[in-house]
Amino acid sequence: MSHSTDYIGKPTNRVDGPAKVAGTAKYAAEFNVPNLLYGYVVSSPIAKGKITKIDAAPVLALPGVQQVFSHENVPSLAWLDRSYKDDVAPGGSPFRPLHDAEIKFSQQPVALVVADTFELARYAASILHIEYEEEAHETELVKHIDEAYEPGRGKTGYKPPKSRGNFGKGWKQGVAHMEAQYSHHAQHHNPMEMFASTVEWLGDKKLNIYDKTQGAFNSQQYVMKVFGLSKDQARVVSKYTGGGFGSGLRPQYQLFLAVLASLELQRSVRVSLTRQQMFSFGHRPETLQHVALATAEDGSLTGINHFAVAETSQFEDFTENVVGWSGTLYDCKNVSLGYRLSKLDVYTPLDMRAPGAASGSIALEIAMDEMAYAAGLDPLEFRIRNYSDFDQAQDLPYSSKALRKCYAEGAAKFGWDRRTATPGSMRDGKLLVGWGMGGGIWDASKQPAVAKASLDADGHLTVSSGTNDIGTGTYTIMTQIAAQSMGLPLDAVTFVLGDTELPEAPVQGGSWTAASIGNSVVEACTKLGEALLKQAQKMDHPAFKDAKIDDVEFANGQLRLRADATQAVVLRDLVQASGEPKMEAENSTTLAKLELLKPPTHSMHAHNAVFVEVKVDPELMTVHVTRVVNAVAAGRILNPKTARSQVMGSVVWGISSALMEESVMDHRFGRYMNHNYAEYHVPVNADIHDIDVIFVSEEDDKVNPLGVKGIGEVGLLGVAAAVTNAIYHATGQRVRDLPVTIDKLL
Amino acid sequence: MSQRFIQQPLGPPAPTLAPTQPVSLHINGQAHTLYIAPWTTLLDALREYLDLTGTKKGCDHGQCGACTVLVDGKRINSCLSLAITHEDSRIQTIEGLGTEDKLSPLQQAFIDHDAFQCGYCTPGQICSAQGLINEGKAKTEAEVRELMSGNVCRCGAYPNILSAVMEVLHNEGLIMEDKAWSAGATEPEIAPVEPPKK
Repeated sequence: MSHSTDYIGKPTNRVDGPAKVAGTAKYAAEFNVPNLLYGYVVSSPIAKGKITKIDAAPVLALPGVQQVFSHENVPSLAWLDRSYKDDVAPGGSPFRPLHDAEIKFSQQPVALVVADTFELARYAASILHIEYEEEAHETELVKHIDEAYEPGRGKTGYKPPKSRGNFGKGWKQGVAHMEAQYSHHAQHHNPMEMFASTVEWLGDKKLNIYDKTQGAFNSQQYVMKVFGLSKDQARVVSKYTGGGFGSGLRPQYQLFLAVLASLELQRSVRVSLTRQQMFSFGHRPETLQHVALATAEDGSLTGINHFAVAETSQFEDFTENVVGWSGTLYDCKNVSLGYRLSKLDVYTPLDMRAPGAASGSIALEIAMDEMAYAAGLDPLEFRIRNYSDFDQAQDLPYSSKALRKCYAEGAAKFGWDRRTATPGSMRDGKLLVGWGMGGGIWDASKQPAVAKASLDADGHLTVSSGTNDIGTGTYTIMTQIAAQSMGLPLDAVTFVLGDTELPEAPVQGGSWTAASIGNSVVEACTKLGEALLKQAQKMDHPAFKDAKIDDVEFANGQLRLRADATQAVVLRDLVQASGEPKMEAENSTTLAKLELLKPPTHSMHAHNAVFVEVKVDPELMTVHVTRVVNAVAAGRILNPKTARSQVMGSVVWGISSALMEESVMDHRFGRYMNHNYAEYHVPVNADIHDIDVIFVSEEDDKVNPLGVKGIGEVGLLGVAAAVTNAIYHATGQRVRDLPVTIDKLL
Repeated sequence: MSQRFIQQPLGPPAPTLAPTQPVSLHINGQAHTLYIAPWTTLLDALREYLDLTGTKKGCDHGQCGACTVLVDGKRINSCLSLAITHEDSRIQTIEGLGTEDKLSPLQQAFIDHDAFQCGYCTPGQICSAQGLINEGKAKTEAEVRELMSGNVCRCGAYPNILSAVMEVLHNEGLIMEDKAWSAGATEPEIAPVEPPKK
């Protein structure tokens, strides 16, 4: 029976919308606590070497300057590397801000100037005199391919690629072949909100830390370990996060600096990074890739070879799954995969939206297009002929896989059947028209997380979990889930997040929040329901005397018998009768933790297929992406409105990656030269045209009880390749070095 | 190979720092007097001295539009403007356009069209859209796209921002086009054409 409170799957406005449009949503740098000091970071102008002199005296002489922190005066902190390792840290030795005189990367923070006002701190930082001994740096990946090494176990979630069959044999069996190299440059996340931490000093080393992060608990653990604080002393709050895209997965150095200054000066301190400094930490690593494919007469793949070399820092091994997907997405017996790292004098790369897969899918999906042309097949038909119905990489069946529907529904909506194959054969007036496609695959994963459901005597339900909402819609979907679970209207439910005083949740990343927190919310509400039923039984309500939880339902703010809806009791009355101000229940993570230990029985993934139209001016070679259809199979869609926005954003990211985004390194200085929002190009409104998002139906009772797979990342896959393939179709020019800027087409 | 690298200060320390001085600002219909240094930007004055944090800092260099406010009805980047130069102006920020309980038509349209995700560029987008409406120039989708291009949205909500703005323009009778502005894309049909024979 359906109820008016069945919110799951219905397009629902963001519950945090009013706060965001009215400007009342507070981000990390917006907590104006009393007597606040301002810290301004000084960044290294060299990429490698050491600091030989810091002349702080003239700066300290300025009235209003409180302190200049540098390696010369930082107190002794935690000694072991593991104290600096956060939940998402890769292998190696984490960077310690202001630790010693050594410079390991350009823009390394070398000092923090703390003053009474922001204006003064900024000015004082500008006159701080620092001398360096500069050493030769290495930042050019292409020069260090030979030194690349296999990274071993890597960080959590990294799966060393597994080859199978015999690629050499498969290559020889093929009648058509392609082989090519692909590259893309470093990219920086650049969320709109710059990293900032406001640390409120409450006395006796007790801190309230308002941090920009994708994981309040991750920031808290880091601060506790590095500064030797207790949980009570380091509360981290992160109610609103102005974009993350992975950049907030690891605590950034402004958190360290703000906490350091607060503890040392026993004052409240805010440290905000500048947009320029947003290029001074993790980024999507520059990656060089080689793909070779071979096909038999019938167009079936006889061999896949995918090899990648990516940059990492001198001090950590950043690993991501770049090539592994190529062993899963298409059916092929002979697959040879390789992934290596090369150390450069840069900061450690960092997960950036669809880490690994976004990079890998650029190479694989352009290669698939090249192979389709070499084999004389339509790119969509070629993919369908090599459809994988069984995950050969994991040797497991898929829990569900509706990629065929993505192909069919996406192609129908786009009008793919009207495509003529020859490059340059489609025109709109004088403009060249190109149609290209691509697609991808992303993990559907779930992490242990705790949620608490609490019903008060007014009948208002508050559900809480210390997760984040980086713009993904967590507030909204969790409110929908909780409201439906307890049969309450949306406005009778509040979801609270982003605070280490709440039940513990993992970082928001990996597209796992909907599954991890969502299922926890359902479990917590179920437990609360059981408690409410018990309460009803305690009250000697005859109808519920022998009722089990499956015999009752929650609707219209009531607990009632499924068999007879007139037998009902108002939830509010149950709480009031309990004698307590509220009734609460929490889910247990014991089973979820054990589940992680069990070998998987199914391959669980989300998929997509994306179709792109470009129009190219044949004289100027300017490219406009005029139409995109992105069909996504990601299990159950909790809120089609916010989900569509996420996929639409992914498409914008894909267009950006294909045509614009690139952190340009000047190797003479080892520095990203376009480290600002004007020269690091991302799309603006005029660059973006029609984007159509399709969620194909996909039921999955194995992936998790809610049947959700997460959609934060999958929508990005194949988009950049599809744009590049469309450019080939329009112009006949195959560009393999992204972004495809005009100079590469002229 | 090693060489000395001296990070030259931008200048010698000032013998005396610019003193703070009273600056009177008229914001959202209210008069405020601040005691700030003359080098304080309008953006920092709003955020750090008046707790009007609805106006956002996204780059501090006039590159992203997150700090857009209305000065005498015109949209400006408040990070590129010193507060002291606006003593005679009427300044309107997102807080002055509407409140959570009483949203302006643009604010409501942004919610209805899901024209934001993280929400950080949103106040700037809305102020910019209000400025665009005040200008009265933009009549078509293409013009709105173009004239809303000073505001970066890294979440990529552009098509929804477009439909939100178009809806308000339409509802206020500022454009003639009679079309229901759904949240999202339109679907132009383009048939393939064979190239002209050489």
